[in-house]
Amino acid sequence: MFTGFMMNAWTTATIVAVVAGVVGYFVVLRGSAFPAHAIPKGAFAGAAAASLLGISTLIGLAVFSLLGALGIGTLGRRGRHDVATALALVMMLALGAAFLSRTTEYEPEIYSLLFGEILGVSTSEILPVAALAIACIAAVAVIYRPLMLSSVVPEVAEARGIRSHRIEMCFLVVVALATAVTVPVVGALLIFSLMIGPPAAARSLTSRPLLAMVLSVGIALVTVWAAIALSYQYNWPVGFFVGMLGALSYGVGRGWAAWRRTRSAITPGPVVQQH
Amino acid sequence: MHQILTAVFEPGFFGSAQVHVAVTIGGIVAVVSAVVGVFTVMRGQSFAGHSLGDVSAAGGSGALLIGLSPVAGFVGLGAVGAAVMDLIGVQRLRGRDLATGIVLGAAIGLSALFLYLTATTGATTGATQQVLFGSIFTTSSGTVPVVSILGAVSLAAIAVIYRPLLLSTVSPDIAAARGVPVRLVGVAYMLALAVSVGLSSLAIGAILSTALLIGPAATALRLTRRMAAALGVACLIGVLATWLGVLLSYDSYHWGSSHLSLPVSFFIVAVIFVTYLGSGAAGSRAARAATRHRASITPAAQHEDIAA
Repeated sequence: MFTGFMMNAWTTATIVAVVAGVVGYFVVLRGSAFPAHAIPKGAFAGAAAASLLGISTLIGLAVFSLLGALGIGTLGRRGRHDVATALALVMMLALGAAFLSRTTEYEPEIYSLLFGEILGVSTSEILPVAALAIACIAAVAVIYRPLMLSSVVPEVAEARGIRSHRIEMCFLVVVALATAVTVPVVGALLIFSLMIGPPAAARSLTSRPLLAMVLSVGIALVTVWAAIALSYQYNWPVGFFVGMLGALSYGVGRGWAAWRRTRSAITPGPVVQQH
Repeated sequence: MHQILTAVFEPGFFGSAQVHVAVTIGGIVAVVSAVVGVFTVMRGQSFAGHSLGDVSAAGGSGALLIGLSPVAGFVGLGAVGAAVMDLIGVQRLRGRDLATGIVLGAAIGLSALFLYLTATTGATTGATQQVLFGSIFTTSSGTVPVVSILGAVSLAAIAVIYRPLLLSTVSPDIAAARGVPVRLVGVAYMLALAVSVGLSSLAIGAILSTALLIGPAATALRLTRRMAAALGVACLIGVLATWLGVLLSYDSYHWGSSHLSLPVSFFIVAVIFVTYLGSGAAGSRAARAATRHRASITPAAQHEDIAA
């Protein structure tokens, strides 16, 4: 379980979980679940285009996820945000369908792009993934303060001269970078589970931002590691376990928060027993 | 005249049985999606509308695996997904995207498993692509009655709750004050949405399902502020875009020398996308003209502004 190609799987999975945990925290905080789903899913078309042109999948993914992010940002400026996201997504998917109709791509490759192939990561793929991941985390660190401010109290951010639209654009580009890192590993569809479940669970556990981000990374790591181990053990797809564990961690987080609320409601402060 | 006609409609277009089915099913689905879609866009629930497509596709692949009817899988899991989304907070603006996302994530995990098991048992080939993209041309004529019945159910549900739904969409507070059961109306609407999206992703694939739900409705709402007009325009755009897409895809077989036709979903989405972009300019003019009337008919956009 810890030899040869499996070591590559553990390494990349760890990188992916850290990126998903950090970026996902802001996705949940800003309520940007739809773009976080649309960008990776639409970027899948880029992988199809890359295989048609015979270039690296990573380049195709990066170009299309950036295009998607800029498209959503631009369209969203002059219309409803969710409508813009939906239309940008279907347009990218339609392009992907057009590209696929021109190739004789073997079906399992499409499946692995959508649902990931973490166990098939080669050593040469780790370096570019790590570089993109570092760029992504660095970008979050650079825009951390304005991003946090405009996510939590948009009015205050506007008053301080932070252009919310510009921040939104930067954030979408960060999501695009995270997409390029993660799609080849966990697939276009499951990176979404990883960016939503663990951060949402972390947020229901604590309201302190940095602690929540650390928790989010931690839960994402546990989710991915457990998913790989289970997948190795039972030979079911990694994606299934990531999806289920993501939803489960959210459920547990919500349950724990509710339990804590009811307990503090019943016993406000120290209870004085009277007999 | 004849030459122009043969240039536009390539030979065999009107005689092809596939085209007949595509035009019939596409038309029905476009109308149902447009009507439901107007409410979806006004309520700001595009994400839920899109997610239910993926959720019902997971149901479809599950049904494929255990040998159930795909219709039961698509509509069944779609309805369950809609109920869960509502249960964990789809009605609150802030928690809504998150609730949708959690359900979507779990559904994607399920479809990963179902598709994997289907592929290993070797029952069908092309299942992955079928679930993701679907194709209007591969739909058999046997699905026409099912699609018509489910479409009618969805439209009837919207018609029954039309007034309370409209009121609680435009202003939930006023609706609640007038005694409209806002939550119940919301659940009924979500179920109608699930049926509509489930049948459209079954019949025409997940991409087109979202495109026909959101695109025509969003375009119509940019062009007019009157509800009846918006419904009519959305239906018209949806049906025309679908038929034009079918025609272009059929014709594309004769373009170039490769004789590989481009997918119909590509053309339909492209037409819808261009129409939406085009409506931006016209819509902003109409919006300025209609500012005076805003007080009487307030679209949900203003609420979003206030809520944000």
